[in-house]
Amino acid sequence: MAEYETHEYEVLVIGAGGAGLRAAIEAAAAGVSVGLICKSLLGKAHTVMAEGGIAAALSNVDDRDNWKVHFTDTMRGGQYVNNWRMAELHAKEAPDRVRELEAWGALFDRTDDGRILQRNFGGHRYPRLAHVGDRTGLEMIRTLQDHGIHKGMAVHMECTVVTLLKDGPRVAGAFAYERERGRFKVFRAKAVILATGGVGRAFKITSNSWEGTGDGHSLAYHAGAELMDMEFVQFHPTGMVWPPSVRGLLVTEAVRGEGGVLKNSTGRRFMFDDIPDLYRAQTADNEDEGFRYTQGDTNARRPPELLTRDHVARCIMREVKAGRGSPHGGVFLDISWIKARLPNAEEHIRKKLPSMYHQFKQLADIDITKEPMEIGPTTHYIMGGVRVDGESQMSTVPGLFAAGECAAGINGANRLGGNSLSDLLVFGKRAGEYSAKFAREQKPPAIDARQVDDAAKRAVEPFERSAGNEGPFQVQFALQELMQDLVGIVRSEAEMGRALAGPEAVTRRCCRAGVAGYRAFNTGWHAALDLRHLLTVSEAITRSALERKESRGGHFREDYPDKDPAAGTFNIVVRKNRDGGMDVVRTPIPPMPAALKAIIDEYK
Amino acid sequence: MPTTATFRIWRGNAQGGKFEDYATPVSEGMVVLDAVHQIQADQANDLAVRWNCKAGKCGSCSAEVNGQPRLMCMTRLNQLNLDEPVTVEPMRAFPSIKDLVTDVSWNFRVKKGIRPFKPRPPDAPDGTWRMQQADVERVQEFRKCIECFLCQDVCHVLRDHKQFDGFVGPRFLTYAAALEMHPLDEERRARELKTTHGIGYCNITKCCTKVCPESIRITDNAIIPLKERVVDELYDPTVKLLRFFRRK
Repeated sequence: MAEYETHEYEVLVIGAGGAGLRAAIEAAAAGVSVGLICKSLLGKAHTVMAEGGIAAALSNVDDRDNWKVHFTDTMRGGQYVNNWRMAELHAKEAPDRVRELEAWGALFDRTDDGRILQRNFGGHRYPRLAHVGDRTGLEMIRTLQDHGIHKGMAVHMECTVVTLLKDGPRVAGAFAYERERGRFKVFRAKAVILATGGVGRAFKITSNSWEGTGDGHSLAYHAGAELMDMEFVQFHPTGMVWPPSVRGLLVTEAVRGEGGVLKNSTGRRFMFDDIPDLYRAQTADNEDEGFRYTQGDTNARRPPELLTRDHVARCIMREVKAGRGSPHGGVFLDISWIKARLPNAEEHIRKKLPSMYHQFKQLADIDITKEPMEIGPTTHYIMGGVRVDGESQMSTVPGLFAAGECAAGINGANRLGGNSLSDLLVFGKRAGEYSAKFAREQKPPAIDARQVDDAAKRAVEPFERSAGNEGPFQVQFALQELMQDLVGIVRSEAEMGRALAGPEAVTRRCCRAGVAGYRAFNTGWHAALDLRHLLTVSEAITRSALERKESRGGHFREDYPDKDPAAGTFNIVVRKNRDGGMDVVRTPIPPMPAALKAIIDEYK
Repeated sequence: MPTTATFRIWRGNAQGGKFEDYATPVSEGMVVLDAVHQIQADQANDLAVRWNCKAGKCGSCSAEVNGQPRLMCMTRLNQLNLDEPVTVEPMRAFPSIKDLVTDVSWNFRVKKGIRPFKPRPPDAPDGTWRMQQADVERVQEFRKCIECFLCQDVCHVLRDHKQFDGFVGPRFLTYAAALEMHPLDEERRARELKTTHGIGYCNITKCCTKVCPESIRITDNAIIPLKERVVDELYDPTVKLLRFFRRK
């Protein structure tokens, strides 16, 4: 093995968003040595983009709320294919995780009696989201970062993992490069936690930053772990559509939570036209009741704009396809109309939605207190990910853990807004705790020189091909276009079949992608290395989506538009077979304990 | 708006570099970061630039556009004169790494040197606290900071006088102010603010406030009250007198 800078930790955390930071804090508190790898600078992870809030049944605003209602809401939102144990733990533990953030310095908005204020959000029965205006993610990551830096973890910034290393069946560490100089690094660790976030960059229109290339999903898969629920991708209903340079940029659901309504080009509030039976009893049937709900009337039912994200996204697509869209291919989201109902509405909007006001004013010349926004669906989140044990977050590879968006289970077929930030905290903590426990029980693993040399050789191949072949960015654009068109919001067997042939063509192009220049901070090179991850997750999404012959949550099949009760009994799992191909298997969902069933019956 | 524009981008590293011109198509709604990305994809794959959210929320894409410290993702092309080349260069107060990327690691070290949050004991038996919205809002202004370090870039104490060892800069005075004014915090930082953090170096020229993309009133709301606190705690005449007599 060539000489590489080598670091040793008991627990290595890959990813420094909410889940990674929370995991690192917990592992460090357990007294093991912790290394934390961030793809960007510390504190820049995609968690900063989360706007709406953290879902936790604190019952500060509505005392009818409790963990059982939150659990039931999460299961219903996930269309009952969630890992019920994770949904249960999440609902039970989220309140403590939020209070803990406050003890570490987070400053949430307050109720009149000085407690943490909570707001309404899609799919949540009661006001449940602890928030700071519409910049909750920033508050959360900064709190974790400022707390974490004093806890003795070693932070490796602008460092990207190329492959995981193994010692027999167990994980042994990671092989990475640091961007600043382009040098390789070897990390030896008894336990590795993946907290790498999502895969949005596999699609053309996305709210995700360049980092969301499915690294953790792909690293785990190639290390032999199983991925589950990969067909469930969440298309957030409200992304910006104009101007082109901001297409996909998120418009927080809090706009609707504060009273914003969706209208088509004829001015009709089309969300009243299609309310699913599952939600009919809890949805307002007139505009007045819906508005009262957003203003805190606990006797009112929620407006149909706050139905689950998958449903709202499809309704928007339907309006656009029927020719009732806005000029740039979206629909209208209007918060300015609340002027008719509230005194000081303009000031109220600026106060409740400061970053949205700022974002539209600066990037689209739109004043949201005066005129409607144009919005359309954007790839936002993947419910699927590394298949983990609900308690410990360990994958099927010993010593390899996953938490946050890159892990599967908690969200089932569709995630409720606000359940992500709480997921990061609850399962980040659990991953930190159980990885530390695992690490303490293990001897240090051995690093296999051949694995390291192979990875290093593969990583520098784009330079050997040199530029003038395929540009890495162009190959990435081609893949994004393909996934957007053929495996997007509305799917079919024929289109996905074409998509599967596509990645093979893209793979060939990937193999030709070359880069020029030297290794230090070479963005073209990084794009070339990310391609492998993107291809892996694209294939996993497509194969899983082909296998699920029904429509459920984020997964909608034009050729199977209905939900099939029989398909609600299994999850779809992919794993790498001995020949390097991708196996797709159906895994039965374990039966839910009677106590949990009773809770769902009581609160649904 | 013209259909193409020229961007004069600084290319180089710690050893030196020069501006290079790139012509690229432009269209309505574009920001400087879009143009840089286009150039990177089509003409210069190895052009180094930091970015993440592209929405003014992460503070990664700080640079100097036509000499002004700006977030590239929030600088619309229609605010610039495109008849002339648009210059894009890295933040000049920090050491160069490559092209538009600078070494900002000093900021992370400085933050670690500021005493962390220390809350008072919980107010309620369930371990929670009570705070009023008005008290929280004062500090929330500072917590809007996205750590783009543009205020550090423009501060003459750092940029021109290179006082990196004796002054933490406007970002971390704001950070200290957020902690000091936090309704729950009980830590004392006045002595360090005066000594190691060098608050006295700030002569309130307000350049930091002017460039803040989050419109935080750094000088008026953070630094000046902090200076007053230092004076209150360390130069109170009664306390001084008491100390004087105690020493005798």
